[in-house]
Amino acid sequence: MRPMPALLMALCALMLASLTVGAAHVDLRDIFSDPQAMLVLLESRVPRTVAVALTGAALSVAGVLIQALVRNRFVGPDTAGTAEGAALGLLAITILLPSSPLWLRMIAASLSAMATTWLFLTVIRRLPVREVMLIPIAGLVLSGVLGSVVTFIGWQTDLMQYVGVWLMSGEFSGVIAGRYELLWVAAVAAGLAWFAADRFAILGLGDQVATGLGLSTASVMRLGLAVVSVVTAMVVTTVGMIPFVGLVVPNLVARIMGDNLRASLPVVALSGAVLVMACDLIGRLVIYPYEVPAGMILGIFGALLFLWLLHRRPAHG
Amino acid sequence: MIQISNLGHKIGGAQILHDITTSFPKGKLTALIGPNGAGKSTLLRLVGRLDPLQQGEITVAGHDVSRTPTEELARVMAILGQQTAIASRLRLSELVAFGRWPHHQGRPGADDRAKVAQALDAFALTPLANRFLDEVSGGQAQRAHIAMAFAQDTDWLLLDEPLNNLDMSHARALMARLRDLIDTQGRSVGLVVHEINYAAAWADHVIAMKDGRIMAEGFADDVLTEAVLSDLYDAPIAVGRHQGRPLVLHHA
Ligand SMILES: Nc1ncnc2c1ncn2[C@@H]1O[C@H](COP(=O)(O)OP(=O)(O)OP(=O)(O)O)[C@@H](O)[C@H]1O
Ligand SMILES: [Mg+2]
Repeated sequence: MRPMPALLMALCALMLASLTVGAAHVDLRDIFSDPQAMLVLLESRVPRTVAVALTGAALSVAGVLIQALVRNRFVGPDTAGTAEGAALGLLAITILLPSSPLWLRMIAASLSAMATTWLFLTVIRRLPVREVMLIPIAGLVLSGVLGSVVTFIGWQTDLMQYVGVWLMSGEFSGVIAGRYELLWVAAVAAGLAWFAADRFAILGLGDQVATGLGLSTASVMRLGLAVVSVVTAMVVTTVGMIPFVGLVVPNLVARIMGDNLRASLPVVALSGAVLVMACDLIGRLVIYPYEVPAGMILGIFGALLFLWLLHRRPAHG
Repeated sequence: MIQISNLGHKIGGAQILHDITTSFPKGKLTALIGPNGAGKSTLLRLVGRLDPLQQGEITVAGHDVSRTPTEELARVMAILGQQTAIASRLRLSELVAFGRWPHHQGRPGADDRAKVAQALDAFALTPLANRFLDEVSGGQAQRAHIAMAFAQDTDWLLLDEPLNNLDMSHARALMARLRDLIDTQGRSVGLVVHEINYAAAWADHVIAMKDGRIMAEGFADDVLTEAVLSDLYDAPIAVGRHQGRPLVLHHA
């Protein structure tokens, strides 16, 4: 079976389901005769559905990029200090300029995410290459430290409720029209990466091969860093960090399709969208009409998938 | 020609290469020989701009290695490093296809595809073209890396121990193919080789290195002698002759 058509069909089915599920009843057959249903659909259901799909797709692509940058499969944007960096930037701008407009917050989150991801890349450059597991551990440690800093400042400044939204929940119930459009920025950034897919694939072959092929590794690293940071910052700003997607989806797709990114990035994006869409739907259905955050469902599924991956390929980096 | 002048190199305070001046002649097969740790790979990496130049000067076909843009150099020379283990999961055909990247930067034409197919075929990889790199044998992976360098189709080809993991027949096929590139297409090849008899049988020019210095260089016949080799490897080595070429015997 070819992956693209199957994934597209799955995504369409899930998106249709997502449009109909919720506390208010919406029947897609009579939205044109029922203005109330139309309102719910346009103001809440469609934005939410689109937000979920964009988030899953963009985070998965960001995962592929960060894995190519560090040449290690056990890293994702949620374990490279990126999400915590974005939260730190948001916290800083909230404290310094409480009434700052959205675009400024978005820039602050992106720049700060770039800074902390760059810190991660610098730290791991010095680690011995053979110790494959040191890189994810370094990422976890850095994320942990940055997360504690954010939490500490959050407590001190009485902003814990925001910090909780950015770093812990990862859910879509608050998404309404006008409050999710930043995710399009994430999607565009991830889409840009596709144009440089070959460069990222070559970068993944190692400095030696990349240089031999005449690739300027530093500029590809900068591009990757920028895309990963912008994607993560937009997600953190809008819905809060969603765990595991950026780690698990690239691994699953690489297992099946390999690392020819020009061919696999679209599949990665679609798979990410399908996975997060499914988790969001499950979260909305398990204790209906209440909701479990999609991030929590993903935490469970993602951890299981990840354990399975570790089990399948123990020795490879 | 590759011209190397007054090349010095330090790693972590230790002097690895001492004031090396030498050249790789154009249109010839140059073999770099010498004991482990002599500095052969370091020299080749510097020529291939895989490490930054600290002291001295290197030009490849007139291009100053430290100043020429790296993408331009990639169309002049292809280099295969000694460490070829990579973590990426690519099909052999995809890996070899990346050898054409310096020429098309992402938009392969019919010519590029033909060259990839040719390189795969030349190294008997066509039946394995769809296999993943981490699912073939060591020698097959090594051949795929060599095929990538071939597909790059440059005037200069630099190979660090390409015979690693190759069986006798593939090793000979590789040397014959290199010879053919040189003799019929006027290409130039530099390679590091430990198995001296491959140098004896196929090389035009030999550079012998020890402790970061050049001990001897010149025609294969002049360098591959009992005196030079015994001194180079600190062991008595006998050299006979076979079909008009030196034959080095390690069970003297
Ligand atoms: N990264 C490094 N750090 C420290 N020393 C190094 C490093 N790489 C190489 N060296 C040292 O530089 C010297 C030359 O190494 P090089 O790899 O050039 O040798 P070589 O002639 O290619 O040996 P071999 O035949 O074993 O491949 C050796 O003494 C080696 O120990
Ligand atoms: Mg070596």
